[in-house]
Amino acid sequence: MEPLTWTGSLGTAVDPVFTIIAFLFLAMVVLQIVGSFAFAAVDHKINADGTITYDTGPNALIGKGVKYSLFALLALIILYLLSGIIVPGSSGIIGALSAQLAPVWVALVFTFLVSIVYKRKLGLYGKLFDSTVGMIGFALVMFWVYTAVFTGVFDMIATHDPLGQLSGMKNKAPGTPVRGADPAECGLSCYYLLGGDNLARDVFSRVVEGSWIVIAIAPLATLFAFMIGITLGLPAGYFGGRLDTVLSFLANLVLAFPVILLFYLLVTPEIVQIGIPNYMAMVLGLFPIMFIVVVLNSRFHTRPKVRTPLMLAVVGASVWMYLSFVSSGGYFVSTPTYSIPGLPTFLDLFDIDPGILVVAVSVAFVNSITVFRIVRGLALDIQTRDYVAAAQTRGEGPWYIMLWEILPNARGPLIVDFCLRIGYTTILLGTLGFFGLGLAPESPDWGTTINDGRKLMQLYVHPALPPAMALLSLVLGLNLLADGLREESLRD
Amino acid sequence: MGLFILKRLGVMILTSLCLTYIVFFLTNLYPNLEKLAKTQGNFRMSDEAVASFLDSRGYLQSTPAKYAQWLGAMPAPVTYTEDGTPLGKCVRPGMEADAVPSFCGILQGNWGWSTVSKDEVSAVLATRLGNTGYLMMWVMIVMVPSALVIGVLAGMREGSRTDRSLSTVSILSTATPEYVSGVIFIAFLASSRYGISPILADWGWIDGKTLFKGTAAKAMESPDLQNFTLPVITIALYGMGYIARMTRASMAEVMTAQYIRTARLKGVSFRNIIMKHALRNALIAPFTVIMLQVPWLLNGVVIVETLFNYKGFGWQLVNAAGNNDIDVLLGISVVSVVVVLLTQLISDIGYVYLNPRIRIS
Repeated sequence: MEPLTWTGSLGTAVDPVFTIIAFLFLAMVVLQIVGSFAFAAVDHKINADGTITYDTGPNALIGKGVKYSLFALLALIILYLLSGIIVPGSSGIIGALSAQLAPVWVALVFTFLVSIVYKRKLGLYGKLFDSTVGMIGFALVMFWVYTAVFTGVFDMIATHDPLGQLSGMKNKAPGTPVRGADPAECGLSCYYLLGGDNLARDVFSRVVEGSWIVIAIAPLATLFAFMIGITLGLPAGYFGGRLDTVLSFLANLVLAFPVILLFYLLVTPEIVQIGIPNYMAMVLGLFPIMFIVVVLNSRFHTRPKVRTPLMLAVVGASVWMYLSFVSSGGYFVSTPTYSIPGLPTFLDLFDIDPGILVVAVSVAFVNSITVFRIVRGLALDIQTRDYVAAAQTRGEGPWYIMLWEILPNARGPLIVDFCLRIGYTTILLGTLGFFGLGLAPESPDWGTTINDGRKLMQLYVHPALPPAMALLSLVLGLNLLADGLREESLRD
Repeated sequence: MGLFILKRLGVMILTSLCLTYIVFFLTNLYPNLEKLAKTQGNFRMSDEAVASFLDSRGYLQSTPAKYAQWLGAMPAPVTYTEDGTPLGKCVRPGMEADAVPSFCGILQGNWGWSTVSKDEVSAVLATRLGNTGYLMMWVMIVMVPSALVIGVLAGMREGSRTDRSLSTVSILSTATPEYVSGVIFIAFLASSRYGISPILADWGWIDGKTLFKGTAAKAMESPDLQNFTLPVITIALYGMGYIARMTRASMAEVMTAQYIRTARLKGVSFRNIIMKHALRNALIAPFTVIMLQVPWLLNGVVIVETLFNYKGFGWQLVNAAGNNDIDVLLGISVVSVVVVLLTQLISDIGYVYLNPRIRIS
């Protein structure tokens, strides 16, 4: 079987055009930067009769050139992607990747259509579709979310087993067919679309499988961090005094640690072996329960008839989740020397891989400190407002004021920070993988894969570049999304 | 002012004590000590041999006692082997039995012994810090001016095309962690088979096979453009975006101020408004940010030094943490606490200095 080229048979015709337009676009962008200093700014004149005279000066012309060459470039990219889906194999590796990702495209298009049609009814989320930056960010993030879900839950996108090693595929270039594969029956899974790594595993499958690890851990760990940070930060800012001094000192203590030293101290196999991360999970896991209890109690404590059954149900459910979270295989902590029995296995809803638990807990811990500082600052600021004074005069309890007066009014900065922090969590997860901490050495997460690939970087770049680009695009998407959200929330 | 600095120094000492105690506790957990014994002795030691190895060197005392000894507030016990060789915390190789001091801790100016490098911790850390200091100096030289220029250009006309493109560049740079940008740089600039190096070599523009070197292992002795560029720009890039965004925000805010409008109406040229009126006030906030960025750079240093094999502070951290080199880890924690808190102090004092409207009461 012939190896796939990057753009296949379509490429022989379209590639030269694509190169020319790409160079044209780059030249135009450079011209635009130079032009913005050299020529007068674009200035459309609005005439007295309500018509507009468009500026036809040099900067306006360059602007048009940039716009049209960008459109042409995008059209060609869409052509490559579509042709791969419609006529399999017609546009090489790019087309094959696009065909493999077809469910993701469908889901993305569907999401965007629905959101844009109903954007006026969707609040802040709908406003996101008014800003180009926000839309690009959202598209990048949703691309990885859908990829992760289709791979991790429905097992659709990966072409090979991410851990499977096929003989003869070590360090093979992108598009190499699997040895001895029969094209009639295997289709796209005949190929290592993005090549093989140094253990002869499929790079493409590892990258998409890795996205599931990131998408599953990062938002949850960030949510955890927010619950911890809010539960501690609100009282620290609201009450102030000694509580604030102690908590802030502890927070500064942790922040003075270089993050990587902290990870090394918490996540080395020896420490994991004596169960310190399990204890951390047990302690940190209590905060969300506390948070939920306080939120509901402060709101409904005047109506015991609603409160009591509601609390029983919610607390029961969350304690069960908590116990399932911290215990695995019937033990809370299980080490060679001693063990603490936990929830019996038949009651245990889910078991979390110990490596993932360790990583998630330490990442949540590190992030919660920064969230604490942000929330504390916001609480300090907002508690001077009149509506807080009004609630105090009304005789509301301190927790009601914190959670139902201060917190909702701090939501803008917190939502933006949540997006940014998921990106930061992704970076931290990658750092952990990069230093080989926590996750298993063969795990397909992006940090570990980059670390594996970098050792042969001078000779083979294809094992390390795809996970690096994947991580970059996800974090970039989250940052752009946060930027769009900030812009739109400032606009009200 | 003097009281303020004194108070901050007090906090610094307290933080260092707490932090080193935590590090001390974690590194002195038995599995970690076992690892230490096995890397020092041999990997096939029996459990009894490990215990006696640790006991003879004083590792099995209680943690507070060992911590006090590390501080130099308590005498460290010395044991003798059958042939009279002394063993213990204060013993250095080749020391006579009667020359062993009873106190050897921070208070005596003794930072301990690196079990991996077989050298005094102070000597090890001094060379490593020197290397990292040199790296950081170049990072600052590259990062600060470029970040400020980008930020000022973007913030000068908020919402313009220049602002949009420069802001996108700074978002992109904050979204690229060092291990990603490092890998991308190596692929495009330092690989003999991919990127631009083969093309340049073909045209005869460069002497060697690659434009830059993908490793900085030789940069400790002879740093040059080839082996030192990539580590420097990799660290600089990640910090640059953040500083640029802060500068942009501060510049944009200043540009909406009343006195700028006054200057405009007075007929001052745009160039003079920027250079003489806006810049001074716009650069106060970035100064704080740059100072507070230093601890973050320390993090990037760990990644980049590992990636490019540059033997500095970060490389030492990874090495010591991987081998449970207790005294080196403690030294590293003290250094990083001092760096973090010192930069905070400098940023606070500098802020007061630059901004006469604020006084520390």
